[in-house]
Order: sequence, then structure tokens, then C-alpha cells
Amino acid sequence: MTDLDFEYLRGYIKQRSGLALTAEKRYLVESRLSPLCRRFGAASLHDLIGKLKTPHDKVLERTVVEAMTTNETFFFRDRLPFDLFRDTILPEALARNAGRRKLRIWCAAASTGQEPYSIAMLLQEAGARLSGWQVDILATDISLDVLEKARLGIYSQFEVQRGLPVQWLLKHFTQTGDQWQISPSLRAMVEYRPFNLLHGFEALGQFDVIFCRNVLIYFDAPTKSDILTRFGTSLAPGGALLLGAAETVIGLTDKLIPDAKHRGVYGHAPARPPALRAAVG
Amino acid sequence: MSQRDTTCLVVDDSAVIRKVARRIIEEIGFLVSEAEDGANALEVCAEAMPDVILLDWNMPNKDGYAFLQELRRTEAGLKPKVIFCTTENDVGAIARALRAGADEYIMKPFDRDILTAKLEQVGVSARLDA
Repeated sequence: MTDLDFEYLRGYIKQRSGLALTAEKRYLVESRLSPLCRRFGAASLHDLIGKLKTPHDKVLERTVVEAMTTNETFFFRDRLPFDLFRDTILPEALARNAGRRKLRIWCAAASTGQEPYSIAMLLQEAGARLSGWQVDILATDISLDVLEKARLGIYSQFEVQRGLPVQWLLKHFTQTGDQWQISPSLRAMVEYRPFNLLHGFEALGQFDVIFCRNVLIYFDAPTKSDILTRFGTSLAPGGALLLGAAETVIGLTDKLIPDAKHRGVYGHAPARPPALRAAVG
Repeated sequence: MSQRDTTCLVVDDSAVIRKVARRIIEEIGFLVSEAEDGANALEVCAEAMPDVILLDWNMPNKDGYAFLQELRRTEAGLKPKVIFCTTENDVGAIARALRAGADEYIMKPFDRDILTAKLEQVGVSARLDA
């Protein structure tokens, strides 16, 4: 792969997914795209990139972009955000929405489903408190392959060992040979949909809780800023955005501010008074 | 409040598994002791009760199940968190281990990531309040 090839790929991936590939990620590009050469009849990476420049092969385009996404995830990843969701964010949202008895949650980078299913398990455990409520969990991801796996809800022994309490493994999963499938009732709670975070959020509606953890780290500052500002619009009044431990809104948007009490949780910035707005312009 | 190192007892009849587990757990920062079967593990626990036990299920001379039942009968034996390890993922065996008093389950072979996640899940870290 020549320097020009790499530069072309960087632009290509950035434009289609927002992923910012720094120069030190060149090895990653080579290791992830080389296996695609044979599948798409390319003699080399240079050849594969040449095929990308002929914009007719949608499968190649999608496959290359998906190959560069990181799908690392596991059940109850980092634990704390899920404890916060169960103990604080969910009860507050239930109190806020008690009149209309409707709750909407968005997992904005659902990967293979462990995060939305972790949320679904917590909601199912909440039991009677949610009786009579309409609860929507929308789980989106740019990658069709990971969404397919998520919909099936079938996980290896390795995957269920990471973060899932054994009692919940027995309660919510059925063993199928060497693998485990999550219960139909939990699968039915989650709607999976392909979605690119670079596209407009308007059609998705508003959400009481948005999980977008360990995604923005792969984007450059202008892209982060754009996405966070639009999350601000998608978040219902009083709603909560949960980011990964290495992510923040500070310096990227004035629509959202950190929750003073809970690390990794963000809410709407208070509206500026009209006089101040006028003064600031 | 002062703190001390967390202690972990690795119980397995395979010296190789004990060696691998010891290396991982020591890297995480725990103090490690070893026992080669359930009977030996009870002796070690009688001397100094560990904070967490990584317990093999199939062993000669008192298996994991028999050890755990005996351990949990004593008041001091209720304290350690027990993660039991098998090479099978049979639902019946997992449920039986939980009924006997295990806190978590891990399938062999395991790596550092999985073991670290399991130790966090049962609420033990490398340093505990003394």
C-alpha cells in the first residue's frame, strides 16, 4: 500500500463513517483490509483500493468501511454506567414520564448487541415498576454484520463470560451446544436498525437515555462536536447521555454538560437567560 | 483506613493450570496460594481464609463441589468469594455449583481479561480494607 493509497483510504473511511485514521493506524488498515483482497478478486491492497475508486460496488464499499469499525463490546461493560442507569437514571426517567408511561432508549453503537441486551435485562429485572409502560430500545450500528449477530442474540462461551453475572446467564439464556442464546422476550425488547451517526437524527425521534459509549474516541474533534450537538437535540428534556470513560462533551458542544454527581453522564446545558443571549449575540 | 493485599487461593489438580492462574492473578496484584485438591484446600483455608477462591470442579481426593459444601458450612467459610472453573459449560453443573455456594463461574481456559472481569464482578480488587 503506497502513501497515496493510505491517504485515499483515510479520506474514504472518514467521509463514510466519520472514523479518523491517524498515520499510526496504517498497520491496522493493512491487517484488516488485506483479508478482503481475495474475496473481491484484488491482487493487492493497492489493487483493492483501485476498485474502491470505481464507485459501483456497494458491497465492497460497505465491507471496507465495516472492516475498519471496532466492535469491541461485552455485557455490562465497565459496570458503573449500568449501575447508574438502574439506580438513578431509570428511576428519574420513570418519575419524569409517569404521565405518559413511555420510555425511549437509544444505543447509538450497539455492535453485537451486548449493550442493548444488558439494558433490556435491567429493565426486565425492574419488573412491576415498568408494568403498563411502553419501553422502546432502539439499537443502531453502521455495520450490518454486527446487527445480524445482535438480532440472533447468540453468544460464545467467551462472550458470556465477559461481564455477565452467572445467575443472569442461567436466567436469561438458553444453551445451544457450545453457545448461548438470549431469551426471545429480551430479543423482542430491542429494535435493531442500521444507522450512520453522520446522518441526521431527526427521523429517530427523541430519547430519554442515549448510550454512545466508546465510539466518539474514533472520531476527530469536528465530527465529535457535530454528533454531540445533535445528541443534544435528540435528548428529551431531563434526559441522560452516557459516554465512555475516555470521552467528554467539554469543549465540543455547549448543548450538553457533565452531570455533576455522575461521571460519564451528560445532560442538557441550562438555557442561557435571554438578556445574556442577546449580549453574547 | 489502611489497606492490605487481597489473597486468592487457586485450587486445581493440574500444576500447569495453577501456574498459569498464579501468574495472571499475581499480575493483577493479588497474593496467591495454591492447593492441589479439595482436601488440601480445606487445610489452607483453616490456616488463613483467603478473600477469593478460584476452584476447579473435577479433582481427585475431594472435588470442588464437596470442598465448597464443607467450606460454606463454617461461618468463616462464608466469607470468600468463590469462582468455580470447569472445562464444560453444562447448565446443570453450573446451577449445582451456585446452589453449593459458588459466586461466579468461569470456563477454562481463561485469560487475564476474563479473570479480571470475574474478580470485579464478585467485588474483589487487588487491595482491600484491612
